Amino acid sequence: MLVAKNISKNFSGVRALTNINLELHPGKVNAIIGENGAGKSTLMKIFSGVHTQYEGEIIYNNQPVKFANTREAEEAGIAIIHQELNLVPHLSITENIFLGREITNVFGTLDKKKMKETAARLLARLNLTINPDTHIAELKVGQQQLIEIARALFSKASVIIMDEPTSAISDKEVDNLFSIINQLRSEDKTIAYISHKLKELFTIADRFIVLRDGATIDSGDMQNISQDELILKMTGRKLNLEKSGQSLTDARELLSVKNLSLRNPVLANTNVLHNISFSLHKGEILGMYGLMGAGRTELMESIFGLHTKYASGEISVDGITRIIQSPRDAMRAGIALVPEDRKLAGLFVDHSVKTNISITVLEKIQKWGLMLSRRKEQKLADNYIGRLAIKTSSSNNAAKTLSGGNQQKIVLAKWLATNPKILLLDEPTRGIDINAKAEIYKLMKTLSAEGMGILMVSSELPEILAISDRVLVMCEGELTASIAIENATETEILKNAIHKN
Amino acid sequence: MTAASIPVSQHIKRFQSVIALLVLCIALSLLTDKFLTTANGVNVLRQVAVNACIATGMTLIVLTGGIDLSVGSILALCGAITAGLLKNGLQFPSADLLIGFTIFGASLAGILVGALLGFFNGFSITTFKVPPFVATLAMLTVARGFTMLYTGGHPISNLGEGFAQIGTGSLLGIPVPVWIAAAVVLLAAFITQKTKLGRYIYAIGGNETAARLSGIRINRVKMIVYGIGGALAALGGVIVTSRLDSAQPNAGISYELDAIAAVVIGGTSLNGGKGTVWGTVIGAIIIGVLNNGLVLLNVSPFWQQVVKGGVILLAVIIDKVGEKKE
Repeated sequence: MLVAKNISKNFSGVRALTNINLELHPGKVNAIIGENGAGKSTLMKIFSGVHTQYEGEIIYNNQPVKFANTREAEEAGIAIIHQELNLVPHLSITENIFLGREITNVFGTLDKKKMKETAARLLARLNLTINPDTHIAELKVGQQQLIEIARALFSKASVIIMDEPTSAISDKEVDNLFSIINQLRSEDKTIAYISHKLKELFTIADRFIVLRDGATIDSGDMQNISQDELILKMTGRKLNLEKSGQSLTDARELLSVKNLSLRNPVLANTNVLHNISFSLHKGEILGMYGLMGAGRTELMESIFGLHTKYASGEISVDGITRIIQSPRDAMRAGIALVPEDRKLAGLFVDHSVKTNISITVLEKIQKWGLMLSRRKEQKLADNYIGRLAIKTSSSNNAAKTLSGGNQQKIVLAKWLATNPKILLLDEPTRGIDINAKAEIYKLMKTLSAEGMGILMVSSELPEILAISDRVLVMCEGELTASIAIENATETEILKNAIHKN
Repeated sequence: MTAASIPVSQHIKRFQSVIALLVLCIALSLLTDKFLTTANGVNVLRQVAVNACIATGMTLIVLTGGIDLSVGSILALCGAITAGLLKNGLQFPSADLLIGFTIFGASLAGILVGALLGFFNGFSITTFKVPPFVATLAMLTVARGFTMLYTGGHPISNLGEGFAQIGTGSLLGIPVPVWIAAAVVLLAAFITQKTKLGRYIYAIGGNETAARLSGIRINRVKMIVYGIGGALAALGGVIVTSRLDSAQPNAGISYELDAIAAVVIGGTSLNGGKGTVWGTVIGAIIIGVLNNGLVLLNVSPFWQQVVKGGVILLAVIIDKVGEKKE
């Protein structure tokens, strides 16, 4: 039995887990359920030795344990199968199973025969009829996942943690996975199963543990709870944000998206987005909610011209159909995108605040059509530093020296400088402090009052409810609901965000 | 150039290489009385000029996060083309036609060919996603092969008194190649610090994803930059050919290494996004002074290579240590 006692974890001052207490029972499938950001992944990373700094205690087979790294956890018998699989694509199945724990013969060279035989035996146990010499790259995602399980079996793991194992595999593969899970259960292994798909939990799981806001809310037998009760436990928190007055929504349609589809570039014949149609009005703040993998980011990126090879559909701005093949086209159409990961996609961290802000509008700060005007650039930067209250001692400071909230404001500034009609915000308040959050909400309200249309993706329901005029809900690449703010509740939104079938 | 446009850390870095250069000069002045003379100073600058041109183009490329290994071969091919056009013109025996070239025309033709080869580098790097290292390595071999084909493996010599002035002449006591290099450096400094293109170059090297999302046409900027790199290598070829009064088929071998060394010693990050043309100029002069000093000190050519390699390594280590402290 794996027991967590009063586990707490901080990430640079932000509390991720608070006094988590739970038990993972052997011979059972223990479902761990919670919204995005509830702390599931953090907890699993503590169990598997990824995070080593935490408060509290882990008791494993009645012994307190503390793993210094993932290898120690693995040796103790705890294996984790990540959502993004950890396999080397251009090595064979055998080589992957034995990676880092190769069997050698008396001469110290690899005992390939023995490894291949062992691999073949493991594959047979998983009903996989593939040659162990096959490269990982040639396997389907579902098969790759089974190879991860084979790895876990080889390491004699007694606790197997599966993070969203069915998120990328077909129904048939799910059936096979479940039969293997049943087999592992009968061998008295402890399975921790993380999933958003409530329906499948009722098929496979024996116990549930609900996490919310980094705390354990409830646990018990799956038999004794209904799907609606589970949803209530996942969301049943009070609104901690004041609902601000609804902004004036003009009836005029600003952005119209029709039948937007996005093919999956990795998995043939599947779609990331299916026929999405919606419209955004002048002065409207449209909140968009969906669980991880629902396709929210991909939707924004498709509108912004980042997936032209795989996307289809029609986008109109101000009633005029626009062909958007690149971010440049999107900018010309009056669309701006503040991306989810600001360090990766939004910011030039080593460059100054000033150059970060001006990069989208260098045409406007030129003189004689040839060279950049230092004066105009300074004016532009000072204007936005003042307007968004960006805290920096000088506009020449490197962006990386600013706090997360101020970095986010820089990215906002660089897009506001383009005078967009439509602002796409992907998780605009992720990882920033409360004050900066409040300032960004206020700014959004001001901008929408000035007539800008804002589409905001967020994983935080309270934020969605507090700031939106209307809420769109996505689930597995489909738009499942458009809810007027008067009728929007956490339960209603989550119901539409959770996979039913 | 004023202080405001460049982050403080880069000032220190620039300062770093200037200090190194000063220390080097002082040491050499003390060790040998031949170093600190006007004649020697002019000599060093003349030798640095070609590398300064090539390294300036290389700086722009490295700032985008790329590299160009083909500059030495482009130098040789374009030098040979200039020499060939100058000496033999363009012959069309079937039409009984001969097009002669002036010094300016032949040089310009050579430089244009260099720009085209550079564009081609940029084209394969952007359109086919060939890694810059590989694309320009291929061009290194291809351009050298074409040089051999064009020259038949023999030098093209006796190009005339007028053409020789480009490499050997002086203006106001300063060699013509130094004037050319100075003009190139000033232009490149202007582009990087004062124009849209310059900002885009830094942005692409700093964060390509963010640059794309900011609406920058990355492929276009990269093609321009590789084109400039090729043109400047070709310009180097014209100077070298003129100075020797001969286009050598094996000219410019391993010049790419000196150019990259100048860029790196000058504090430009090979990851892109950080660095200046001025730093590269200092880097090129450091290499020139080092070469010159070691000769004056009668150090064997073998040891010269060892020392040069050591200096490159040291420069990067100092940079890295500085970065960690930041």
